[in-house]
Amino acid sequence: MSGPGISAYLILSVILFVTGAVGVLIRRSPLIVLLALEIMLNAGNLALIAFARQHGDGAGQIFALAVMVVAAAEAVVGLGLIVAMSRKKIELDVDTLANLRG
Amino acid sequence: MTGAVLASTAGDVFTWIVWVVAALALLTSGLAVVLFTNPFYSALALVLNLGSLAVLYLLLSAEFVAAAQVLVYAGAVMVMFLFVIAYLGGRADAPWAGGPSVTKLAAIVAGGAILVEVVVAIGLAAGGPLSTAAQIGNAFGSPKEIGRLFLSDHLLAFEVTSIILLVAAVGGVILGAAARRDEKSAADQPKAVEG
Repeated sequence: MSGPGISAYLILSVILFVTGAVGVLIRRSPLIVLLALEIMLNAGNLALIAFARQHGDGAGQIFALAVMVVAAAEAVVGLGLIVAMSRKKIELDVDTLANLRG
Repeated sequence: MTGAVLASTAGDVFTWIVWVVAALALLTSGLAVVLFTNPFYSALALVLNLGSLAVLYLLLSAEFVAAAQVLVYAGAVMVMFLFVIAYLGGRADAPWAGGPSVTKLAAIVAGGAILVEVVVAIGLAAGGPLSTAAQIGNAFGSPKEIGRLFLSDHLLAFEVTSIILLVAAVGGVILGAAARRDEKSAADQPKAVEG
């Protein structure tokens, strides 16, 4: 395998994951929390694909594709919730959200 | 013989250059997503992030996943994000708004702890199991191979995926319809009182 080894990809993936996790924890806008969640999922995908390459096994790529589908489903439901919140005139701030009832 | 070695060295250097550029773009755009005040810019930075990830997938010979990443993620999902952000207007507070609170500091410390922990774990394995990569054929990561795996070994995952997509689509429609009904009844309320 030419170029950097698997550990370089894994370290990249960890840095990306931590960026996303810190973003989820410190940001208050639910839109940016969703974007940071996408970063975390993609960091996981990078690790999966790096390991798929290391073992020469396609199952890791299948898993990455499944994660992609789950991320798309999560984006649909999350964005639907945010739009519903804004239509109900609820403030878009995850720190003040304490009620699940409409 | 010397020519072949030179060619492989040149290919190696080229791969390294592509990797470094993609990695820098990946980390910068990831930070940008978290730090931008305007959600619209954050979403655009995420598009760059997903694009540089697709380059890394290509370097890892995952051609089909790279194509799906660009089409599904950078294409479809991000367009949906941008539509919603445009609909709601670009409102968000800066990440540093409100000064350093205990929760923010704790989040950064916890993130740093995870980073150090996993990097140490990778460093311990780097000389051993992680130092060798399997030999792969040309078919690895091709659409044909992915399709064969999806329809043989991972058929259940494939079917569950379709159910997840169906449930998400139905959920999205229900959330949208409920929100519109509430909005309508809220708009009708004053008229009913007057009548």
